[in-house]
Amino acid sequence: MTSLIKVWELPGGVHPPEHKDQSLQLPLGTVPLPPVLVIPLNQHMGTPAQPVVQVGERVLAGQLIGAADGTFSANTHASTSGTVIAIEERAIPHPSGMNSESVVIEPDGKDEWIELTPCEDFRSLDRLTLLDKIRAAGVAGLGGAGFPTAVKLAPKSTQVIDTLILNGAECEPYITADDMLMQVRAAELVAGTLLLSHILHHPKNLLIGIEDNKPKAIAAVKAAVAGAAVTDPEAANIQVVVFPTKYPSGGAKQLIQILTGREIPSGHHSADIGVICVNVGTAVAAWRAVRFGEPLVARVATIVGESLTTQRNIDVLFGTPISYVLAQHGFNANNASRVVMGGPMMGFTLLDLDAPVIKTTNCILAPSKQELPEPLPAQACIRCGMCAEVCPASLLPQQLFWYAQAEDFDRLESHNLFDCIECGACSYVCPSTIPLVQYYRAAKGSIRLHEIEKEKSDRSRQRFEFRQQRIAKEEAEKEAKRLARQKAAEEAKKKLAEKAADATPSTSAPTDVITAAVAKAEAVQIAPDEQKAKLERMVSAAKNALEFQQKSLEPNKTNPVITEEQLVKQQVRIKQAELKLAEAEKKLADFISEAGTAPARIAPATDPNDPVAAAIARAQAKLTMSPEDKARANLESLRARLAKADEKVAAAKTEGSANLDALQQGAEKLQQKITEALAELAALGIKDEPAAVPEPVAPVAEPVTAEQNAAQAAIEKAKAKVAAMANMSDEEKRAEQIQSLQTRLTKARERLAKAEAENDTNIEAVRAGVTKLEEKLQELA
Amino acid sequence: MIEFILQNPILSALLALGGLSAAFGAVLGFAAVKFKVEGDPIVDQIDALLPQTQCGQCGHPGCRPYAQAIAAGEEINKCPPGGQATINALADLLDVEAPSLDSEHGEHLDLKRVAYIREDECIGCTKCIQACPMDAILGAAKHMHTVIADECTGCDLCVEPCPVDCIDMIPVETDLKTWKWDLPATNQNPVFHVVANEVNLIASDLGRGQAFGGQRDGDKAA
Repeated sequence: MTSLIKVWELPGGVHPPEHKDQSLQLPLGTVPLPPVLVIPLNQHMGTPAQPVVQVGERVLAGQLIGAADGTFSANTHASTSGTVIAIEERAIPHPSGMNSESVVIEPDGKDEWIELTPCEDFRSLDRLTLLDKIRAAGVAGLGGAGFPTAVKLAPKSTQVIDTLILNGAECEPYITADDMLMQVRAAELVAGTLLLSHILHHPKNLLIGIEDNKPKAIAAVKAAVAGAAVTDPEAANIQVVVFPTKYPSGGAKQLIQILTGREIPSGHHSADIGVICVNVGTAVAAWRAVRFGEPLVARVATIVGESLTTQRNIDVLFGTPISYVLAQHGFNANNASRVVMGGPMMGFTLLDLDAPVIKTTNCILAPSKQELPEPLPAQACIRCGMCAEVCPASLLPQQLFWYAQAEDFDRLESHNLFDCIECGACSYVCPSTIPLVQYYRAAKGSIRLHEIEKEKSDRSRQRFEFRQQRIAKEEAEKEAKRLARQKAAEEAKKKLAEKAADATPSTSAPTDVITAAVAKAEAVQIAPDEQKAKLERMVSAAKNALEFQQKSLEPNKTNPVITEEQLVKQQVRIKQAELKLAEAEKKLADFISEAGTAPARIAPATDPNDPVAAAIARAQAKLTMSPEDKARANLESLRARLAKADEKVAAAKTEGSANLDALQQGAEKLQQKITEALAELAALGIKDEPAAVPEPVAPVAEPVTAEQNAAQAAIEKAKAKVAAMANMSDEEKRAEQIQSLQTRLTKARERLAKAEAENDTNIEAVRAGVTKLEEKLQELA
Repeated sequence: MIEFILQNPILSALLALGGLSAAFGAVLGFAAVKFKVEGDPIVDQIDALLPQTQCGQCGHPGCRPYAQAIAAGEEINKCPPGGQATINALADLLDVEAPSLDSEHGEHLDLKRVAYIREDECIGCTKCIQACPMDAILGAAKHMHTVIADECTGCDLCVEPCPVDCIDMIPVETDLKTWKWDLPATNQNPVFHVVANEVNLIASDLGRGQAFGGQRDGDKAA
């Protein structure tokens, strides 16, 4: 009721002329629906809302068109029914004159509302539901900052709120929007106060602070409080506090200080000292959001200035272009010095008059040139200190000015630049007309950007360092891999060298070869017991399968009838199973027979089934061979290969194959090898039996013509035999030689006949060979 | 004890001094081990002042190497992205005269820029990805690349390697988040005709006309 609390003195402050009367002469008015509504998606402080409608969509009044993006954001609603004609960048009321995403609605004039959900008794709902309703209605601070109200009304659990202040101070010159609101909606304001008090757990002090230059508003609110107190006992707690007019007592921090004497510490919020301060318009909007479910789509704004013919307060829809509002009030553009949103102290010049009215538009000031002339040029600071006297935040404006000029951000921060509320009192009193607040705003912006940049550069540093680390790691890994490869290659080389070193002594130690062969063979072979067990398992499994298949052929309980198809299928399966069984049994039998001989492998037996024994035998056979025998064996194998090659060549010739050349070459190579082997054998013969030398000399000396493949081979065979018979008796030798020569001769003749028949190019050579053989035979005989 | 001191004044003085020096030496030695500073703090301080564009215009492969070079006595005016502000800050830190920017290393651009890949022209060669010191380019071989604008420092290093020349350095436009008020025109250059931008602030440009009756006196109630 009447003020029972002490009103504190605000430090500093100024008394600019109020100019509040001209806009209070007319009652609260309205403007007709504009042809188009431009509703920006960031009318509040925080993240812009996200559009949730499509171009061309019909929207109803109060319909959500922009959904809050996160907690620190606010919903945006259509102000009237109509069609969305665009969602695009449009001019918004902002000091930068920049554009922002807006939903453009063409009203249909019907003003059809969405269905609203009213609430008779807010006390029946819990606090979170109430906050949700306020949040859904998109209520943001209507005093000028546009702080999302639902966020403000949900202080941290550690912040105990003992005082709720309704801010009806409205200290800025010209503006009377809150004054008018309190006059016409006092009852709603009181109801809103009770609602907020309920949400904030009934703080002890409920204060409505009004400057003493609004007698009508004071009277209306007092009457409303008295009226409400009749039905609601809590309303009796509401105190209407009237205090002397002084700019800027309407600032939240200043008002709190005036009404409670508490000063908000630097860098803290009012909730930290147990106070929540809400603009009267916001309280009414919150009340309407809860009581009628009505979203915030309109506000009271002061339209004032001498360049207008009508100056008054209007209840205006958000999105109404300011140019339209001005036109409705007889705006004379020629006489206007500028159009300002907000008051003359803290407002800013609108660069684009098509910008719309938004939630924070409390006043549109269109002064004439005489009313608000161009500023005088700034002059040097004379250090008079008047600015420090009037500063409501008790800062040192002239120091801040110096540091802002020098862009000395550290000093600015240490002089608490961020506690400056930009009220403009210092600029107002400055005798040198220095635009001080603009310096502070610029400095604040620079510091903010500086911090953003700093953060970014820190992130850049981290990213860069991380990248360097990553690259270094990759390099290290590559290097490690390279080293590993190098090492492996070296080791392989070493092993190879070791092997080579091992290989030479192994000829002198023949047992090594045998053991190696044994090991090799054993590695191939699985333990016989295991193998047997495996095979037995296979047999039994196959038997089982067969039995199962047979059984399923007989009709059983679960499946009494067997179709023909099933029968056929089953029979096929049985056959398969039988085959498998037979196979498995055979394998087992084979294995058992093999296993019977297995024990013999300990002795160097020649069981062909035992690979170990065979390997041992082969190795031992090799070892027991004399060098001569070796050479002979070599020769024989080479001859066998040559014969095969010859066959192939002949076949190729008859077929005219393309591989002929290659085959012939192969044969030649083999022949060369044979001559080499022959030479070796001859050398061995010389060493062992010099007596036998004269006989083989001639054949050895025989020139080897490449083409005479078969004949040559025969000759060499003969030579080999001669060498082999070196230790036979002379007679035996001769008989043998004659025999062999005869066979050779017959063979040669055959070949000659064949060559003649085929008209071979080698015919001459073959013939020569035959004659030679004949001569030799005669000689021996 | 006292007798000993009286009888051997020189010896006792020497002993006392020796004892003191041993005690303090031990304390200092302990402190040197206990409070040893890891790394080179001056390099960190210099590095914190550099803009971290990692552009290499100073001739070093990144900001930190340049910081190390400065700590080792190199000139402080080789960082074009930082401009005069960085040079001044470095001069402050190192307590030297602030030279002007060495134009040999490039010009300081007031506008921040970010790389932008014209995506339909990109052939997916990954050369720019390898060049980017910030890992701010996204893409894979034979797939289109794109720049993460938030991470781009505008160092220019990706422009040169691009074989199809599809990377532009575009200036960062101010948006509502990054917009800030400009400093007013200075006294040295008084502006009599005032452009709209410069008179935004009402508090700074009113109160001299009729509307306020020339009142500046804070105490007179209106």
